[in-house]
Amino acid sequence: MSANNSEENLSGSQNRRITWDGCSVLLDINDGDRVLFARLTAGSKIKIGDKNCSLLPLIGCPFGSSFQVEVGAEGPFLAPLIPNAQGNGLSEKTDDQTMEECRDNRALVDNNTAQSLTGEDIDGMRRKGATGDEIVQALIANSATFEKKTAFSQEKYRIKKQKKYAPRVLLRRPFARSICEAYFKKHAEKIGFLRVDTLSLLPSLANVTAHSNVLVFDMLEGIVTGSVAERMGGTGYVCNPYCGTTPLPISIVRMFNFSDETCKRILSASLTELQPSDGENSTSGDQLVDECNIKEQQNKDTVSSSAKDLFNMEEISTTNMETDNNVAASPKCAKTVKAGEKAPSETIKHWKEHGFSSLIIAAPNLDAWDIAKDLVPLLSYSAPFVIYHQYLQPLATCMHNLQSNKMAINLQVSEPWLREYQVLPSRTHPHMQMSSSGGYLLSGTRISSSDQN
Amino acid sequence: MLPTDSTETLSFNRCITEGDLVIVYERHDVMKAVQVSEKGVLQNRFGMFKHSDWIGKPFGSKIFSSKGGFVYLLAPTPELWTLVLSHRTQILYIADISFVVMYLEIVPGCVVLESGTGSGSLSTSLARAVAPHGHVYTFDFHEQRAASAREDFERTGLSSLVTVGVRDIQGEGFPDEFSGRADSVFLDLPQPWLAIPSAAKMLQQDGVLCSFSPCIEQVQRSCETLKSSFTDIRTFEILLQTYEVREGHLPSWQDGDGVLASLKGCKKRQRSTNGQENSRPRTVLARRMGETRGHTGYLTFARLNCVR
Repeated sequence: MSANNSEENLSGSQNRRITWDGCSVLLDINDGDRVLFARLTAGSKIKIGDKNCSLLPLIGCPFGSSFQVEVGAEGPFLAPLIPNAQGNGLSEKTDDQTMEECRDNRALVDNNTAQSLTGEDIDGMRRKGATGDEIVQALIANSATFEKKTAFSQEKYRIKKQKKYAPRVLLRRPFARSICEAYFKKHAEKIGFLRVDTLSLLPSLANVTAHSNVLVFDMLEGIVTGSVAERMGGTGYVCNPYCGTTPLPISIVRMFNFSDETCKRILSASLTELQPSDGENSTSGDQLVDECNIKEQQNKDTVSSSAKDLFNMEEISTTNMETDNNVAASPKCAKTVKAGEKAPSETIKHWKEHGFSSLIIAAPNLDAWDIAKDLVPLLSYSAPFVIYHQYLQPLATCMHNLQSNKMAINLQVSEPWLREYQVLPSRTHPHMQMSSSGGYLLSGTRISSSDQN
Repeated sequence: MLPTDSTETLSFNRCITEGDLVIVYERHDVMKAVQVSEKGVLQNRFGMFKHSDWIGKPFGSKIFSSKGGFVYLLAPTPELWTLVLSHRTQILYIADISFVVMYLEIVPGCVVLESGTGSGSLSTSLARAVAPHGHVYTFDFHEQRAASAREDFERTGLSSLVTVGVRDIQGEGFPDEFSGRADSVFLDLPQPWLAIPSAAKMLQQDGVLCSFSPCIEQVQRSCETLKSSFTDIRTFEILLQTYEVREGHLPSWQDGDGVLASLKGCKKRQRSTNGQENSRPRTVLARRMGETRGHTGYLTFARLNCVR
């Protein structure tokens, strides 16, 4: 196992390939049917179907390893799955058929009488210690219609039974990609319908890299903040601005397994703190505070509902929270540094002096121009910015206003389009269902509005 | 192009100096990369620009020519570089590039292998993603193109992050010295299935591979080959649709002059004799226009199987 020297230099835990006690993981159940987040501790459990299994066997395992639910003497547990034993994707058998399929479904009648094993028979097998795979085999052997099905159909049947009687769990590393896909699939509204391709365009268009100072107005629970911080490797700063007195919630950031170094560089600051502090502007600052209190009220409403939703997403977090508090059990668990702390005044002074090197706005339910007119002036000249919105019109208006106020050039409104394909022998085609929209983006580069030579 | 420490990050105080690479922006579709030199001169349709006028000014400045025309001097970014670089081969554009970087899970410190280098469009973004301590090893079998890419990385200041090698990856595979060291591998080759077994050896477990192919037949063959050592195989295509935005007025159908004008396709403001023109509300209109890119290539991603 190669441990690059660069891994030591890095803000460490991001690139670790083996799970550790207290780390955040993504659990993929039955090949994407269900995806949830978990924190691996000695006491955490997961419920699959009607079985409760401990997550302890997953600690110290490589990301990418698979487990299968088995039922043992002490109840259900997660057993490691050896990849070679069952081939890859169970489709090896179908690959062998180079001859044309001559079976079809003309004689098959779907009346639920094909299977001769009953639920009690299966329970009996389990009591005698049969593995999930053995039960699936038995179901196939006892199906009157199995042999008459086409090879593809047999495959589908096998997979369906396996998912029910021998469910599999895949251990995944949480990255911006996997976190976004998990949310987009089941709770897209919580991340403002931000699809993974749209999310990937944000750090690109905003030129996020090491040593950047990125201003990120993130109303998507922190998924944008997290994906930006992920690309900075514990250098530079991510600043979450807010109006009024309360920073926006960024709970998704916790799922990324960021090191302390990265966490302490994710800071929040109020708009009044960030704006120029000369006499002329302080009055407008106060007005802004009043206007923004309305926004803050909206935010508070969003905060309370989304905090609950996060628990639903995590599903087993309540158990985890209890064990997390037991510091003695595992010192690595205790997070000494929390992301999103208020920025110290020296850092704010540094930002005001130098300007931010890029800006990302992700507020799909607010007016885009209203935010841009306050935040774009905080950028350095030639700094790129990108604004995400779920509707087209606010971005068109914002673009027009930026242009007429000569605040930016290289302005572009675009919409990403993404399509996934099923690629199988003789069965290659795009997926039957696809996402119709991943939102819209307005990108541009800040310039000085005064004509100087 | 990339700051090696915080003093080089774009800021109000980071001014243009001799030797810097700047992007001269005339219009969103007319841009040029220029290396600043004390005695340098730029000639374009706006007139003549002396480089010496640029030195000491911040990036983002508006610069006037001798004739009164102007351009903007922008700091180079991988996105701008992709739009101005010289095409020695067909290149990848921002939509594919962004998706690849995210889907390959490339973060600072990663080691990435790439083949072919082509014109270096993707390599530039890969370098940005692995900075400051990671590295990109990119290979092309065409000696001249590899040399041009090396020159470009010198110009853009990326040589410490990108190493270009001349090698036929399809024929020989990646060099053994990288075995088990790569976090991600990117293939843009005519027959990627020939390189896939070698890529599997290079990747760390759970590492991600991406293969970019214009044709579906190439994708099918690649997916067949991927099945033996890889899992989580997914194929996508991605495009970026652009919108045209303008301010305009859509007249009411009861307004005779307005209807006539719009029949003639007249976009000019109506010259109304009774001065009503100013009271008509102008709205911002957005639409997709004309012909757009329909296809670049298919992106196939896969994870190396975990073998305990």
